[in-house]
Amino acid sequence: MSDETLILKVENLQVHFPITRGIVLQRQVGSVKAVDGIGFSIHRGETLGLVGESGSGKTTTGLAIAQLVKSTGGQVWFEGRLLEGLDQSERRALYQHMQMIFQDPYASLNPRMTIGNVIADPLRVHSEMGSHALKDRVRELLENVRLDPALVNRYPHQLSGGQRQRVGVARSLALGPSFIICDEPVSALDVSVQAQILNLLEDLQRELNLTYLFISHDLAVVRHISNRVAVMYLGKIVELTDSDQLYAEPRHPYTQALLAAVHTPNPRVERQRQRVVLSGDLPSPANPPVGCNFCTRCPVAVDICFEVKPDLHESSAGHWVACHLVEQEYAGLRSQDEEVIDIG
Amino acid sequence: MSRALNESDRTTGSPILRIQDLHTEFVTEYGVVKAVNGVSFEVAAGETLGIVGESGSGKTVTMLSVMRLIESPPGRIASGEVHFNGDNLLELSNREMRQIRGSKIAMIFQDPLTSLNPVFSIGEQLTEAIKMHLRVSNKEAREHAVEALAQVGIPDPVQALDFFPHQFSGGMRQRAMIAMAISCNPSLLIADEPTTALDVTVQEQLLQLVDDLRSQLNMSIVWITHDLGVIAGLADRVVVMYAGEIVESGPTDMIFENSRHPYTQGLLRSIPRLDVPRDKRLIPIEGTPPDLIHMTPGCQFASRCRYRLEQCEEHPPLVELDTEHASRCWVNPEATIVSDYA
Repeated sequence: MSDETLILKVENLQVHFPITRGIVLQRQVGSVKAVDGIGFSIHRGETLGLVGESGSGKTTTGLAIAQLVKSTGGQVWFEGRLLEGLDQSERRALYQHMQMIFQDPYASLNPRMTIGNVIADPLRVHSEMGSHALKDRVRELLENVRLDPALVNRYPHQLSGGQRQRVGVARSLALGPSFIICDEPVSALDVSVQAQILNLLEDLQRELNLTYLFISHDLAVVRHISNRVAVMYLGKIVELTDSDQLYAEPRHPYTQALLAAVHTPNPRVERQRQRVVLSGDLPSPANPPVGCNFCTRCPVAVDICFEVKPDLHESSAGHWVACHLVEQEYAGLRSQDEEVIDIG
Repeated sequence: MSRALNESDRTTGSPILRIQDLHTEFVTEYGVVKAVNGVSFEVAAGETLGIVGESGSGKTVTMLSVMRLIESPPGRIASGEVHFNGDNLLELSNREMRQIRGSKIAMIFQDPLTSLNPVFSIGEQLTEAIKMHLRVSNKEAREHAVEALAQVGIPDPVQALDFFPHQFSGGMRQRAMIAMAISCNPSLLIADEPTTALDVTVQEQLLQLVDDLRSQLNMSIVWITHDLGVIAGLADRVVVMYAGEIVESGPTDMIFENSRHPYTQGLLRSIPRLDVPRDKRLIPIEGTPPDLIHMTPGCQFASRCRYRLEQCEEHPPLVELDTEHASRCWVNPEATIVSDYA
């Protein structure tokens, strides 16, 4: 990994879960292709949004990068180092720099630990801090997430959903990581609390120089917080570009359908919205289509789409799309540009 | 000129549903949870009413009270009236209510996996409702069920009758639930967060379905949700609830473009939205929702409100500001949300 500004690079990542049959003698009869060959990079200090619906593979991607789920193919480089075959002490070292925030603020905190202990836990595991130093650090972290330090002896059930999520954030910051994977961090929260947590995440990014991989199904949230966005469908990335560009000019038919399905709290805008209603259901990830994963539901699919899987192509600078039709359209435009230059 | 609402103001054509001063509470070991505190509103024939609120607002308990689906104990409908089709539903016998529930008023819920019985096929569940309300033979009930499934866009409806809920996807299950709800041609459909747990592209399919059905069957719909975006496109009128009360109500355009209650305004400012530049900072509502067991006197939103005055220690009444637009606030500030970001 040559580029010094890249904190994470993912290449051809694959996570296939085996489907087995038999009780005593198990044999594999197939696999669920949850993540089926994806690649992207994240620059230091940026937020990459990873967007998709259920079955897209976005959460599995986050778990695989965090080494919480075993990948079955591809490479992940973090801070220039290939993450492969890590033993326990190497993984521990990794978690000093890479952390994760989870969706469910009720399930991700141990109900039998006070929040002071929840936050101190990673420090106890990974460092040799004495009890005074620990107390100070916990207090500092609580202040970072704008929680009253007096809550240190409360239990999770005594806190609101928003407060619990702040505790989850504080815990992820304990070891001073540079990179945090946020897996749907606001989806389980009430609307009026979501903004508090999103603002907090943005402030912390600035104050502590953090880089985020922000996983979510909520397109409006992702647009707001991300610099660049990758759209996933059935284990593949279908489009990747910067936020403004994605929302202004979505090129992949799936992205267009996804964006068309986002509602705005503005009746006039809603009345004028062009509806795109996809037919059918998501194919089974154990049995994806032969050609493009989206071909069974795509409103503009043609013959080649059912036969050949499209690769991710850079249709214009920094705007990657995996679609045969888009590729043809932009290849045509590019060759026109080239002709103009030649003539000049 | 604003005035407090009362009974005699209701002179418009007769509504299909009229809720009057409803109070519902739950007796728990921690105290009495006052879930619904004096809610009154109407639903006109053929209209879609949106009820918007977050968790604890009382929006679901209100409509469960209408359907008399409140488990008692620990819940109880303490007072109020619910007028539907000439009856006060709260005064009907259980038997009379059963004839209305599922046939004249139908309800669909958020998670079809928990509201469909997993051990019975879709066909059995559908025909159960049809036989009970329409007094037809088994064969006729099955035909009716196939028709209902076809109407909601389930492919191979004859085969689908024998499927079990777990064999369907989330979107299909929700369609099956809608089929059950419309099978007896209700005049009112109550939808409690029916698309919240679904992917947005699936939600889009369901919304279009409900829209088609609404015009085909001439139904009134009450749509409960926390999603302001969905409501903006779906509802004719909106009721905003907070801490068991209505804090603002009115035609959809008014509520979104000229809302007067600080809570509604706070919600509209705090959500990321596609019609606003993406780098504008979100303006959250500070604080947390109130404790419904230990309620303080006065305005329930005051502790989180930027316009709070001393007068807010006195509980504000719901007051009509202009035609059909009411707000529960002493200040009723004017604010145009989108220009806040400009």
